[in-house]
Amino acid sequence: MSSQPRIIEVRARILKENDLLARELRERFQQADVTAISFVSSPGAGKTTFLEKLMSMMSAEHRIAALVGDLATENDANRLSRACSQVRQITTGTVCHLDAKMVAKALEGWNLDELDFLFVENVGNLVCPSSYDLGEQMRFVLLSATEGEDKPLKYPTIFNTADAALITKMDLAQAAELDLAAMRCNIQSVRPGMPVLEVSSKTGQGIEQIAGIIAASAVGRAIQATHTGQ
Amino acid sequence: MHELSIVLSIIEQIEEETAKRGGGQVEAIYVRVGVLSGVDTEALRFAYDLAREGTGLAGSRLEIEAVLLLVFCPQCSTTHAPRPPNIACPCCITPEQEILHGRELEVRAFEIVQ
Repeated sequence: MSSQPRIIEVRARILKENDLLARELRERFQQADVTAISFVSSPGAGKTTFLEKLMSMMSAEHRIAALVGDLATENDANRLSRACSQVRQITTGTVCHLDAKMVAKALEGWNLDELDFLFVENVGNLVCPSSYDLGEQMRFVLLSATEGEDKPLKYPTIFNTADAALITKMDLAQAAELDLAAMRCNIQSVRPGMPVLEVSSKTGQGIEQIAGIIAASAVGRAIQATHTGQ
Repeated sequence: MHELSIVLSIIEQIEEETAKRGGGQVEAIYVRVGVLSGVDTEALRFAYDLAREGTGLAGSRLEIEAVLLLVFCPQCSTTHAPRPPNIACPCCITPEQEILHGRELEVRAFEIVQ
């Protein structure tokens, strides 16, 4: 027995358990040909209303399911179930984000082969969800026209993990005196090259365009999978 | 404030590693936290002090190495170290840059007495 301290190298991701689970989920989505997209924003940016509109538009042609995370209540699931039949609420209790384990558990009993798209609405939070991979193939960050142009600068990490940004509530932009150019510029400075789209769930602005982009990305992925023999 | 979940994952991993090696007294845990990892180092320290109580790591300390941002710009073929939140290349402001360092969230090593 030696009493000298010694250093043991580990070099492992702290969230490796979550990352492994997320990878498994991503593989399951790919095998079942499901496009999984997550949506993150601060509370009240309009995720649920946007998803209601988006799913209502897409559900005529595509098979869609949704998972929605909140600390408490089933309110959002009730709202989304008006737009598509397969919706599950994930209530996290005190946890401020979704993780891969919660997503995997919520999917139990669903046959992914019967789906084209899975939308995952994260808990309203611009900080914590950035650290957790949910196995999604695409992550949208939403930011409303009423929130202030410098929000991307205040919360760079979440913007940096997203694939596209949506500026919501564009119908209120004028009333809120939004400096759209500044907001877009701030998004580009924290995530250079990220596509930015403007939407309004109230007027319908941009919803059709996003539905088209999402549908096209699914086709693109399918073609890519054929080429790579997966 | 997800630092408590992060700290619980660290403790679980180190307890596993210690058990694999036949146990021992853990003196320190060395972690690397990138500026773009989404984790606040002060909150991590605070959460660690709370979470270690009642575990085998109660007497241990958490050593945090902050990892700065390092970005590769394909346009200029150079690496640069921007100060977040602005990560654009200072020379050409090109998009599609590759983040080489800054997203780390890892346990590097631990110190043990057996």
